[in-house]
Amino acid sequence: MNGIVGAVLFLILAPLAGGLIAGIDRKITARMQGRVGPPILQPFYDVGKLFEKESVVVVTAQNFYVVAYLVFIALSGAFFFAGGDLLLIVFAFTLAHVFLVLGAYAVHSPYSHIGAERELIQVMAYEPMIILAAVGLYMVSGSFYVADMAATTVPAILYLPGVFLGLAVILAIKLRKSPFDISTSHHAHQEIVKGITTEFSGPTLGQIEIAHWYENIFLLGLVYLFFAWNPVIGVVAVAVTYVAEIFIDNVTARVRWQTALKGGWLAALLGIANLAILSYMMIGGA
Amino acid sequence: MTFLKRSPWILHYDASSCNGCDIEVLACLTPLYDVERFGIINTGNPKHADILLITGGINSQNRPVVRNLYEQMPEPKVVIAVGVCAATGGIFRECYNIVGGIDKVIPVDVYVPGCAARPEQIIDGVVKALAILEEKREKMTGEARHAAEAGEST
Repeated sequence: MNGIVGAVLFLILAPLAGGLIAGIDRKITARMQGRVGPPILQPFYDVGKLFEKESVVVVTAQNFYVVAYLVFIALSGAFFFAGGDLLLIVFAFTLAHVFLVLGAYAVHSPYSHIGAERELIQVMAYEPMIILAAVGLYMVSGSFYVADMAATTVPAILYLPGVFLGLAVILAIKLRKSPFDISTSHHAHQEIVKGITTEFSGPTLGQIEIAHWYENIFLLGLVYLFFAWNPVIGVVAVAVTYVAEIFIDNVTARVRWQTALKGGWLAALLGIANLAILSYMMIGGA
Repeated sequence: MTFLKRSPWILHYDASSCNGCDIEVLACLTPLYDVERFGIINTGNPKHADILLITGGINSQNRPVVRNLYEQMPEPKVVIAVGVCAATGGIFRECYNIVGGIDKVIPVDVYVPGCAARPEQIIDGVVKALAILEEKREKMTGEARHAAEAGEST
Protein backbone atom coordinates (compact mmCIF):
# COMPACT_ATOMS: atom_id res chain seq x y z
CA MET A 1 0.00 0.00 0.00
CA ASN A 2 2.81 2.39 0.93
CA GLY A 3 4.44 1.47 -2.32
CA ILE A 4 1.49 2.61 -4.43
CA VAL A 5 1.29 5.90 -2.53
CA GLY A 6 5.02 6.48 -3.14
CA ALA A 7 4.67 5.75 -6.85
CA VAL A 8 1.64 8.02 -7.28
CA LEU A 9 3.30 10.83 -5.31
CA PHE A 10 6.38 10.47 -7.52
CA LEU A 11 4.38 10.61 -10.75
CA ILE A 12 2.58 13.78 -9.62
CA LEU A 13 5.26 15.64 -7.66
CA ALA A 14 8.47 14.72 -9.50
CA PRO A 15 7.84 17.00 -12.54
CA LEU A 16 7.12 19.90 -10.15
CA ALA A 17 10.19 19.24 -8.00
CA GLY A 18 12.34 18.44 -11.04
CA GLY A 19 11.39 21.68 -12.79
CA LEU A 20 11.99 23.68 -9.64
CA ILE A 21 15.43 22.10 -9.17
CA ALA A 22 16.24 22.86 -12.81
CA GLY A 23 15.27 26.49 -12.18
CA ILE A 24 17.43 26.72 -9.05
CA ASP A 25 20.22 25.05 -11.01
CA ARG A 26 20.07 27.75 -13.70
CA LYS A 27 19.97 30.50 -11.08
CA ILE A 28 23.01 29.14 -9.21
CA THR A 29 24.86 28.67 -12.50
CA ALA A 30 24.12 32.28 -13.45
CA ARG A 31 25.34 33.56 -10.07
CA MET A 32 28.54 31.53 -10.43
CA GLN A 33 29.10 33.28 -13.77
CA GLY A 34 28.37 36.73 -12.29
CA ARG A 35 24.95 37.03 -13.97
CA VAL A 36 21.47 37.67 -12.58
CA GLY A 37 19.99 34.62 -14.22
CA PRO A 38 16.44 33.66 -15.22
CA PRO A 39 13.49 33.40 -12.80
CA ILE A 40 13.31 30.20 -10.73
CA LEU A 41 10.18 29.15 -12.66
CA GLN A 42 11.90 29.54 -16.05
CA PRO A 43 11.97 25.78 -16.86
CA PHE A 44 8.15 25.70 -16.52
CA TYR A 45 7.84 28.70 -18.87
CA ASP A 46 10.13 26.93 -21.34
CA VAL A 47 8.15 23.69 -21.34
CA GLY A 48 4.85 25.61 -21.44
CA LYS A 49 6.17 27.48 -24.46
CA LEU A 50 7.22 24.27 -26.19
CA PHE A 51 3.67 22.94 -25.89
CA GLU A 52 2.38 26.16 -27.50
CA LYS A 53 4.57 25.73 -30.56
CA GLU A 54 3.74 24.07 -33.85
CA SER A 55 4.55 20.36 -33.91
CA VAL A 56 7.05 19.71 -36.68
CA VAL A 57 7.57 16.00 -37.26
CA VAL A 58 10.08 14.59 -39.72
CA VAL A 59 9.29 10.89 -39.17
CA THR A 60 6.24 9.77 -37.15
CA ALA A 61 8.28 7.07 -35.39
CA GLN A 62 10.40 9.68 -33.59
CA ASN A 63 7.46 10.85 -31.49
CA PHE A 64 6.50 7.30 -30.58
CA TYR A 65 10.01 6.65 -29.27
CA VAL A 66 9.98 9.85 -27.22
CA VAL A 67 6.67 8.87 -25.59
CA ALA A 68 8.21 5.46 -24.79
CA TYR A 69 11.25 7.26 -23.30
CA LEU A 70 9.01 9.40 -21.09
CA VAL A 71 6.87 6.42 -20.00
CA PHE A 72 9.82 4.20 -19.09
CA ILE A 73 11.67 6.96 -17.22
CA ALA A 74 8.49 7.72 -15.25
CA LEU A 75 7.95 3.99 -14.67
CA SER A 76 11.46 3.31 -13.38
CA GLY A 77 11.17 6.31 -11.04
CA ALA A 78 7.73 5.14 -9.86
CA PHE A 79 9.12 1.64 -9.12
CA PHE A 80 11.94 3.28 -7.20
CA PHE A 81 9.66 5.36 -4.98
CA ALA A 82 7.34 2.36 -4.57
CA GLY A 83 10.33 0.58 -2.99
CA GLY A 84 10.74 -1.94 -5.82
CA ASP A 85 13.66 -4.06 -6.97
CA LEU A 86 16.62 -1.77 -7.75
CA LEU A 87 17.99 -4.07 -10.49
CA LEU A 88 14.66 -3.99 -12.35
CA ILE A 89 14.63 -0.21 -11.97
CA VAL A 90 18.13 0.13 -13.41
CA PHE A 91 17.22 -2.00 -16.43
CA ALA A 92 13.97 -0.13 -17.11
CA PHE A 93 15.97 3.09 -16.80
CA THR A 94 18.48 1.91 -19.42
CA LEU A 95 15.68 0.77 -21.74
CA ALA A 96 14.22 4.29 -21.58
CA HIS A 97 17.47 5.75 -22.91
CA VAL A 98 17.59 3.14 -25.67
CA PHE A 99 14.21 4.51 -26.83
CA LEU A 100 15.59 8.05 -26.88
CA VAL A 101 18.55 6.90 -28.97
CA LEU A 102 16.23 5.05 -31.37
CA GLY A 103 14.13 8.21 -31.70
CA ALA A 104 17.20 10.21 -32.66
CA TYR A 105 18.28 7.51 -35.15
CA ALA A 106 14.81 7.45 -36.75
CA VAL A 107 15.50 10.80 -38.42
CA HIS A 108 17.98 11.17 -41.27
CA SER A 109 19.98 13.99 -39.80
CA PRO A 110 23.77 13.84 -39.29
CA TYR A 111 23.64 15.95 -36.12
CA SER A 112 20.91 13.82 -34.63
CA HIS A 113 22.94 10.69 -35.46
CA ILE A 114 26.13 12.03 -33.86
CA GLY A 115 24.11 12.91 -30.77
CA ALA A 116 22.58 9.41 -30.70
CA GLU A 117 26.02 7.76 -31.02
CA ARG A 118 27.36 9.89 -28.20
CA GLU A 119 24.33 9.06 -26.06
CA LEU A 120 25.07 5.35 -26.59
CA ILE A 121 28.67 5.97 -25.50
CA GLN A 122 27.36 7.73 -22.41
CA VAL A 123 25.12 4.75 -21.62
CA MET A 124 28.19 2.49 -21.96
CA ALA A 125 30.13 4.82 -19.68
CA TYR A 126 27.64 5.01 -16.82
CA GLU A 127 25.97 1.59 -16.97
CA PRO A 128 28.68 -0.43 -15.10
CA MET A 129 28.81 2.10 -12.29
CA ILE A 130 25.06 2.33 -11.79
CA ILE A 131 24.81 -1.48 -11.51
CA LEU A 132 27.73 -1.48 -9.03
CA ALA A 133 25.83 1.08 -6.96
CA ALA A 134 22.88 -1.34 -6.80
CA VAL A 135 25.21 -4.22 -5.84
CA GLY A 136 26.95 -2.11 -3.18
CA LEU A 137 23.66 -1.09 -1.60
CA TYR A 138 22.63 -4.78 -1.65
CA MET A 139 25.82 -5.82 0.17
CA VAL A 140 25.16 -3.28 2.92
CA SER A 141 21.41 -3.73 3.36
CA GLY A 142 21.09 -7.40 2.37
CA SER A 143 18.28 -6.74 -0.09
CA PHE A 144 17.80 -5.45 -3.62
CA TYR A 145 14.51 -3.80 -2.65
CA VAL A 146 14.63 -0.03 -2.35
CA ALA A 147 12.17 -0.19 0.56
CA ASP A 148 14.67 -2.27 2.59
CA MET A 149 17.61 -0.08 1.56
CA ALA A 150 15.75 3.03 2.72
CA ALA A 151 14.79 1.36 6.03
CA THR A 152 18.27 0.10 6.88
CA THR A 153 19.97 1.51 9.99
CA VAL A 154 23.46 0.89 8.58
CA PRO A 155 25.19 4.07 7.34
CA ALA A 156 25.82 2.84 3.78
CA ILE A 157 28.11 5.75 2.89
CA LEU A 158 30.73 4.59 5.46
CA TYR A 159 30.92 1.19 3.77
CA LEU A 160 30.66 2.50 0.20
CA PRO A 161 32.70 5.72 -0.12
CA GLY A 162 34.30 4.50 -3.37
CA VAL A 163 30.94 3.50 -4.85
CA PHE A 164 29.49 6.87 -3.89
CA LEU A 165 32.38 8.79 -5.50
CA GLY A 166 32.00 6.68 -8.63
CA LEU A 167 28.28 7.44 -8.68
CA ALA A 168 29.06 11.16 -8.31
CA VAL A 169 31.22 10.96 -11.46
CA ILE A 170 28.54 9.31 -13.58
CA LEU A 171 25.94 11.65 -12.09
CA ALA A 172 27.59 14.39 -14.17
CA ILE A 173 26.85 12.28 -17.27
CA LYS A 174 23.27 11.61 -16.22
CA LEU A 175 22.49 15.22 -15.30
CA ARG A 176 23.91 16.25 -18.71
CA LYS A 177 26.58 18.43 -17.16
CA SER A 178 30.14 19.32 -18.12
CA PRO A 179 32.66 17.77 -18.56
CA PHE A 180 30.49 14.90 -19.87
CA ASP A 181 27.69 16.73 -21.70
CA ILE A 182 28.73 15.29 -25.05
CA SER A 183 25.42 14.12 -26.54
CA THR A 184 23.49 17.35 -26.01
CA SER A 185 23.93 20.45 -23.94
CA HIS A 186 21.95 23.08 -22.11
CA HIS A 187 24.67 25.62 -22.79
CA ALA A 188 25.61 27.51 -25.90
CA HIS A 189 27.92 24.82 -27.29
CA GLN A 190 26.73 24.36 -30.84
CA GLU A 191 29.33 22.27 -32.62
CA ILE A 192 26.82 19.45 -33.21
CA VAL A 193 23.84 21.87 -33.28
CA LYS A 194 21.89 20.29 -30.40
CA GLY A 195 23.02 16.69 -30.65
CA ILE A 196 20.42 14.08 -29.78
CA THR A 197 17.57 16.61 -29.47
CA THR A 198 18.31 18.42 -32.76
CA GLU A 199 15.35 16.97 -34.66
CA PHE A 200 12.84 17.17 -31.81
CA SER A 201 10.90 20.39 -31.52
CA GLY A 202 7.81 21.85 -29.89
CA PRO A 203 5.70 19.45 -27.76
CA THR A 204 8.08 16.52 -28.35
CA LEU A 205 11.01 18.48 -26.94
CA GLY A 206 8.76 19.40 -24.02
CA GLN A 207 8.22 15.69 -23.32
CA ILE A 208 11.98 15.07 -23.35
CA GLU A 209 12.40 17.91 -20.87
CA ILE A 210 9.74 16.48 -18.52
CA ALA A 211 11.38 13.03 -18.78
CA HIS A 212 14.64 14.67 -17.75
CA TRP A 213 12.97 16.14 -14.66
CA TYR A 214 11.66 12.70 -13.69
CA GLU A 215 15.12 11.29 -14.26
CA ASN A 216 16.83 13.88 -12.05
CA ILE A 217 14.50 13.20 -9.12
CA PHE A 218 15.09 9.46 -9.46
CA LEU A 219 18.88 9.99 -9.48
CA LEU A 220 18.74 12.23 -6.42
CA GLY A 221 16.70 9.48 -4.75
CA LEU A 222 19.52 7.05 -5.55
CA VAL A 223 22.02 9.44 -3.93
CA TYR A 224 19.76 9.63 -0.86
CA LEU A 225 19.90 5.83 -0.38
CA PHE A 226 23.57 6.14 0.64
CA PHE A 227 22.53 8.35 3.58
CA ALA A 228 19.14 6.75 4.28
CA TRP A 229 19.93 5.84 7.89
CA ASN A 230 19.46 9.51 8.83
CA PRO A 231 16.90 11.47 6.74
CA VAL A 232 18.25 14.90 7.74
CA ILE A 233 21.81 14.06 6.73
CA GLY A 234 20.33 12.38 3.64
CA VAL A 235 18.55 15.50 2.38
CA VAL A 236 21.57 17.71 3.14
CA ALA A 237 23.86 15.25 1.34
CA VAL A 238 21.60 15.24 -1.75
CA ALA A 239 21.65 19.07 -1.84
CA VAL A 240 25.43 19.22 -1.38
CA THR A 241 25.97 16.63 -4.12
CA TYR A 242 23.78 18.55 -6.54
CA VAL A 243 25.48 21.90 -5.87
CA ALA A 244 28.86 20.19 -6.27
CA GLU A 245 27.71 18.92 -9.69
CA ILE A 246 26.70 22.47 -10.67
CA PHE A 247 30.10 23.72 -9.53
CA ILE A 248 31.93 21.07 -11.58
CA ASP A 249 29.67 21.93 -14.53
CA ASN A 250 30.86 25.54 -14.37
CA VAL A 251 34.59 25.01 -13.84
CA THR A 252 35.23 22.25 -16.38
CA ALA A 253 35.28 22.23 -20.17
CA ARG A 254 33.60 19.52 -22.21
CA VAL A 255 35.84 16.48 -22.87
CA ARG A 256 36.06 14.17 -25.87
CA TRP A 257 33.97 11.01 -25.89
CA GLN A 258 37.05 8.83 -25.30
CA THR A 259 37.75 10.65 -22.03
CA ALA A 260 34.10 10.44 -21.02
CA LEU A 261 34.12 6.66 -21.55
CA LYS A 262 37.39 6.24 -19.62
CA GLY A 263 36.05 8.49 -16.87
CA GLY A 264 32.92 6.37 -16.47
CA TRP A 265 34.90 3.12 -16.38
CA LEU A 266 37.54 4.49 -13.99
CA ALA A 267 34.65 5.38 -11.70
CA ALA A 268 33.46 1.77 -12.05
CA LEU A 269 36.96 0.51 -11.14
CA LEU A 270 36.83 2.65 -8.01
CA GLY A 271 33.47 1.07 -7.21
CA ILE A 272 34.81 -2.47 -7.83
CA ALA A 273 37.82 -1.82 -5.55
CA ASN A 274 35.44 -0.61 -2.86
CA LEU A 275 33.23 -3.69 -3.20
CA ALA A 276 36.25 -6.04 -3.21
CA ILE A 277 37.53 -4.61 0.08
CA LEU A 278 34.01 -4.73 1.51
CA SER A 279 33.47 -8.39 0.58
CA TYR A 280 36.94 -9.29 1.96
CA MET A 281 35.98 -7.66 5.27
CA MET A 282 32.63 -9.50 5.31
CA ILE A 283 34.24 -12.90 4.63
CA GLY A 284 36.68 -12.10 7.45
CA GLY A 285 33.72 -12.10 9.80
CA ALA A 286 33.44 -8.36 10.30
CA MET B 1 -1.60 32.12 -19.64
CA THR B 2 0.93 32.48 -22.38
CA PHE B 3 4.44 31.18 -22.00
CA LEU B 4 5.79 32.18 -25.39
CA LYS B 5 6.92 35.67 -24.44
CA ARG B 6 8.54 34.43 -21.25
CA SER B 7 10.78 31.98 -23.06
CA PRO B 8 11.92 33.26 -26.47
CA TRP B 9 14.77 31.20 -27.88
CA ILE B 10 16.91 32.93 -30.42
CA LEU B 11 18.68 31.71 -33.52
CA HIS B 12 21.46 34.07 -34.55
CA TYR B 13 22.67 34.01 -38.15
CA ASP B 14 25.36 36.12 -39.79
CA ALA B 15 24.25 36.72 -43.39
CA SER B 16 27.52 38.31 -44.60
CA SER B 17 27.68 40.96 -41.92
CA CYS B 18 31.03 42.63 -41.14
CA ASN B 19 30.81 40.93 -37.70
CA GLY B 20 30.25 44.25 -35.92
CA CYS B 21 26.58 43.60 -35.17
CA ASP B 22 27.32 39.95 -34.32
CA ILE B 23 29.69 40.97 -31.57
CA GLU B 24 26.98 43.25 -30.19
CA VAL B 25 24.46 40.38 -30.35
CA LEU B 26 26.81 38.16 -28.37
CA ALA B 27 27.45 41.03 -25.94
CA CYS B 28 23.77 40.71 -24.95
CA LEU B 29 24.56 37.28 -23.49
CA THR B 30 27.45 38.50 -21.32
CA PRO B 31 27.03 39.17 -17.58
CA LEU B 32 26.66 42.93 -18.27
CA TYR B 33 23.39 42.58 -20.22
CA ASP B 34 22.49 38.95 -19.40
CA VAL B 35 19.41 38.43 -21.58
CA GLU B 36 18.82 35.05 -19.91
CA ARG B 37 17.09 37.19 -17.23
CA PHE B 38 14.15 37.29 -19.66
CA GLY B 39 14.37 33.59 -20.44
CA ILE B 40 16.17 34.31 -23.72
CA ILE B 41 18.45 31.49 -24.83
CA ASN B 42 20.81 31.58 -27.79
CA THR B 43 20.16 28.26 -29.50
CA GLY B 44 22.02 26.98 -32.55
CA ASN B 45 19.08 24.97 -33.79
CA PRO B 46 16.38 26.51 -36.03
CA LYS B 47 13.92 23.81 -34.90
CA HIS B 48 14.16 25.06 -31.31
CA ALA B 49 14.09 28.76 -32.14
CA ASP B 50 11.27 31.30 -31.87
CA ILE B 51 13.17 34.38 -33.04
CA LEU B 52 15.57 34.63 -35.98
CA LEU B 53 18.11 37.36 -35.21
CA ILE B 54 19.87 38.06 -38.45
CA THR B 55 22.66 40.48 -39.37
CA GLY B 56 24.17 41.56 -42.69
CA GLY B 57 22.79 42.25 -46.15
CA ILE B 58 22.69 38.62 -47.47
CA ASN B 59 24.88 37.70 -50.43
CA SER B 60 24.01 35.35 -53.28
CA GLN B 61 25.71 32.42 -51.54
CA ASN B 62 23.81 32.51 -48.24
CA ARG B 63 20.46 33.45 -49.72
CA PRO B 64 19.23 29.80 -49.84
CA VAL B 65 20.66 29.22 -46.34
CA VAL B 66 18.58 32.07 -44.90
CA ARG B 67 15.45 30.76 -46.61
CA ASN B 68 16.16 27.24 -45.34
CA LEU B 69 16.73 28.37 -41.74
CA TYR B 70 13.52 30.40 -41.80
CA GLU B 71 11.48 27.52 -43.14
CA GLN B 72 12.84 25.08 -40.55
CA MET B 73 11.62 27.20 -37.64
CA PRO B 74 8.27 26.01 -36.24
CA GLU B 75 5.41 28.54 -36.05
CA PRO B 76 4.90 31.01 -34.44
CA LYS B 77 8.17 32.76 -35.33
CA VAL B 78 9.46 36.29 -35.88
CA VAL B 79 12.47 37.73 -37.70
CA ILE B 80 14.58 40.62 -36.41
CA ALA B 81 16.93 42.35 -38.85
CA VAL B 82 19.81 43.73 -36.79
CA GLY B 83 21.89 46.61 -38.15
CA VAL B 84 21.57 48.88 -41.13
CA CYS B 85 22.96 46.27 -43.55
CA ALA B 86 20.18 43.87 -42.58
CA ALA B 87 17.65 46.65 -43.18
CA THR B 88 18.85 48.00 -46.52
CA GLY B 89 22.28 46.58 -47.37
CA GLY B 90 24.01 49.56 -45.72
CA ILE B 91 27.37 50.59 -47.14
CA PHE B 92 27.57 47.27 -48.98
CA ARG B 93 24.34 47.98 -50.83
CA GLU B 94 26.02 48.63 -54.19
CA CYS B 95 28.23 45.50 -54.08
CA TYR B 96 27.63 43.09 -56.97
CA ASN B 97 26.94 40.12 -54.68
CA ILE B 98 24.77 41.77 -52.01
CA VAL B 99 21.02 41.20 -52.13
CA GLY B 100 20.44 44.31 -50.00
CA GLY B 101 18.32 43.68 -46.91
CA ILE B 102 16.82 40.65 -45.21
CA ASP B 103 13.28 41.52 -46.36
CA LYS B 104 14.30 40.79 -49.96
CA VAL B 105 14.44 37.10 -49.03
CA ILE B 106 12.23 36.46 -45.96
CA PRO B 107 9.55 38.55 -44.19
CA VAL B 108 11.00 40.76 -41.44
CA ASP B 109 9.00 41.81 -38.37
CA VAL B 110 11.38 44.15 -36.54
CA TYR B 111 14.20 46.35 -37.83
CA VAL B 112 16.94 47.35 -35.40
CA PRO B 113 18.94 50.27 -36.86
CA GLY B 114 22.55 51.15 -36.15
CA CYS B 115 26.07 50.52 -37.39
CA ALA B 116 26.73 48.59 -35.31
CA ALA B 117 23.42 48.19 -33.44
CA ARG B 118 23.96 48.66 -29.70
CA PRO B 119 23.08 45.82 -27.28
CA GLU B 120 20.40 48.01 -25.65
CA GLN B 121 18.77 48.51 -29.04
CA ILE B 122 18.94 44.81 -29.82
CA ILE B 123 17.27 43.93 -26.50
CA ASP B 124 14.63 46.58 -27.22
CA GLY B 125 14.09 45.02 -30.66
CA VAL B 126 13.62 41.59 -29.09
CA VAL B 127 11.06 43.01 -26.63
CA LYS B 128 9.14 44.54 -29.57
CA ALA B 129 9.35 41.20 -31.37
CA LEU B 130 7.78 39.44 -28.36
CA ALA B 131 4.59 41.45 -28.79
CA ILE B 132 4.43 40.43 -32.46
CA LEU B 133 5.20 36.83 -31.53
CA GLU B 134 2.27 36.82 -29.12
CA GLU B 135 0.01 38.30 -31.80
CA LYS B 136 1.02 35.54 -34.22
CA ARG B 137 0.40 32.87 -31.61
CA GLU B 138 -3.11 34.17 -30.97
CA LYS B 139 -3.79 34.20 -34.68
CA MET B 140 -2.41 30.67 -35.03
CA THR B 141 -4.49 29.17 -32.19
CA GLY B 142 -7.53 31.15 -33.41
CA GLU B 143 -7.16 29.71 -36.89
CA ALA B 144 -6.73 26.21 -35.49
CA ARG B 145 -9.93 26.65 -33.45
CA HIS B 146 -11.86 27.92 -36.48
CA ALA B 147 -10.59 25.02 -38.56
CA ALA B 148 -11.67 22.54 -35.88
CA GLU B 149 -15.11 24.15 -35.65
CA ALA B 150 -15.48 24.14 -39.42
CA GLY B 151 -14.45 20.48 -39.44
CA GLU B 152 -17.15 19.62 -36.90
CA SER B 153 -19.93 21.45 -38.78
CA THR B 154 -19.26 19.75 -42.12
